[in-house]
Amino acid sequence: MHEMSSSTVTRLISEMLEGNILSLARLVTLIESEDEATPRIMKSINEHIGKAYRIGITGPAGAGKSTLIERLTILLREQEKTVGIICVDPTSPFTGGAVLGDRIRMQQHDLDDGVYIRSMATRGSLGGLPKTIRAVIKLLDAFGKEMVLVETIGVGQTEVDILQSADLVIVVLVPEAGDSIQAMKAGLMEIGDIFVVNKADRPGAEDTLNNIKAILKLDAERRNYDIPVIATEAVYNRGIKELYGQIDIKRQLLINNGQFAERRRKQRQSEFIETVINRITSDVINRLNTDAILSRYKEDVENGKMDPFTAANEVYRSIDLYGKS
Amino acid sequence: MSEESKIRVLIAKPGLDGHDRGAKIIVLGLRDAGMETIYTGLRQTPEKIAQVAIQEDVDVIGLSCLSGAHKYLFPKVVELLKAKGKEDAMVIAGGIIPQNDISFLQEQGISRVFGPGTSIKEIADYIKQHIKKK
Repeated sequence: MHEMSSSTVTRLISEMLEGNILSLARLVTLIESEDEATPRIMKSINEHIGKAYRIGITGPAGAGKSTLIERLTILLREQEKTVGIICVDPTSPFTGGAVLGDRIRMQQHDLDDGVYIRSMATRGSLGGLPKTIRAVIKLLDAFGKEMVLVETIGVGQTEVDILQSADLVIVVLVPEAGDSIQAMKAGLMEIGDIFVVNKADRPGAEDTLNNIKAILKLDAERRNYDIPVIATEAVYNRGIKELYGQIDIKRQLLINNGQFAERRRKQRQSEFIETVINRITSDVINRLNTDAILSRYKEDVENGKMDPFTAANEVYRSIDLYGKS
Repeated sequence: MSEESKIRVLIAKPGLDGHDRGAKIIVLGLRDAGMETIYTGLRQTPEKIAQVAIQEDVDVIGLSCLSGAHKYLFPKVVELLKAKGKEDAMVIAGGIIPQNDISFLQEQGISRVFGPGTSIKEIADYIKQHIKKK
């Protein structure tokens, strides 16, 4: 638990807004830990956000997302854009720990002050991204990063979170995906604005590209726009410029057809509802654990004396959500 | 309502030492002890290590070196951290470090040196007991 004074938080915020990396990093930690200063921090930065363009990069482990991000960042830096990168890795459900090893592939940028890289663990969140990711992205936005790239593992339908946190989603696959793409109808195949077949020098690349294009054609009407499918070999720096070009084109297209604004509107709405739900849930669970009467319901269900639905009804009726009982 | 504080550790290999099996064992071991470990690979410079430590706001930096260059590299990391204003992280070390060098390293800001054969539990416990409360 971070016992931090209010004046320290104020100082961190103003230093961060002035470009202090130490303070930015400290604030990210506070947000990640769901520190009680979070609402204050979010309120303070609210007028400074909205300028960053957020790209989510998802796909199975081993697809080469990290390397791709490193290469893309080189091009972005050539265009003198400042970049924030968040790499997400899973938290072990057994130990609560995590190995955060994505940035090992982005080392070219370690000493570039224009690039800020942060590794985050999912910390129990089931949707592929930690639940504080949106707030952390906002910090990077307020800090002044023009592009924010978020890397996350996505294989099936566990990657829905990325839709809540990005303006554009890139799905990265490998040639070996091949026929299994046919099976990946829901989830991953639906959320990409751009598809990439990386490690395209490997056998099966051509087939995989064609499979993806075929599936996307089926979805074309719903999407109402063309979805580019690009072959890359990130390690050999091939296809990166083409990908960069497609990102630019797609970005402009989404702005022109109103989707950019619409997505952000929906994201703000869902973030609000989610935050409210989180507050209420935390509060109720806390009371279930600490209140003598309410925790008896928990015991009765655990012992099999009461079914969970009846118990939940009783709890709901006895809890005064807006009062102190 | 606050998520339990996670301990964030950077395991770094400064210098030209080409073996990281030990470092990787520590990385996995500390994960099993509930920590978030960031590993940045072989052949890191002190400058890069300091920069990563700052960006990731780590609580602990574990330096590993088997090539004998620890007397130069480890204090250099501590010096850079101080110069850049990152003074809230504990720096520990491991690898092939002669007994005679340990007190020198401790004078230079390394809290503790863990020699070959140290158990993960010992390292994890030390970290949990000694990290600076922020």
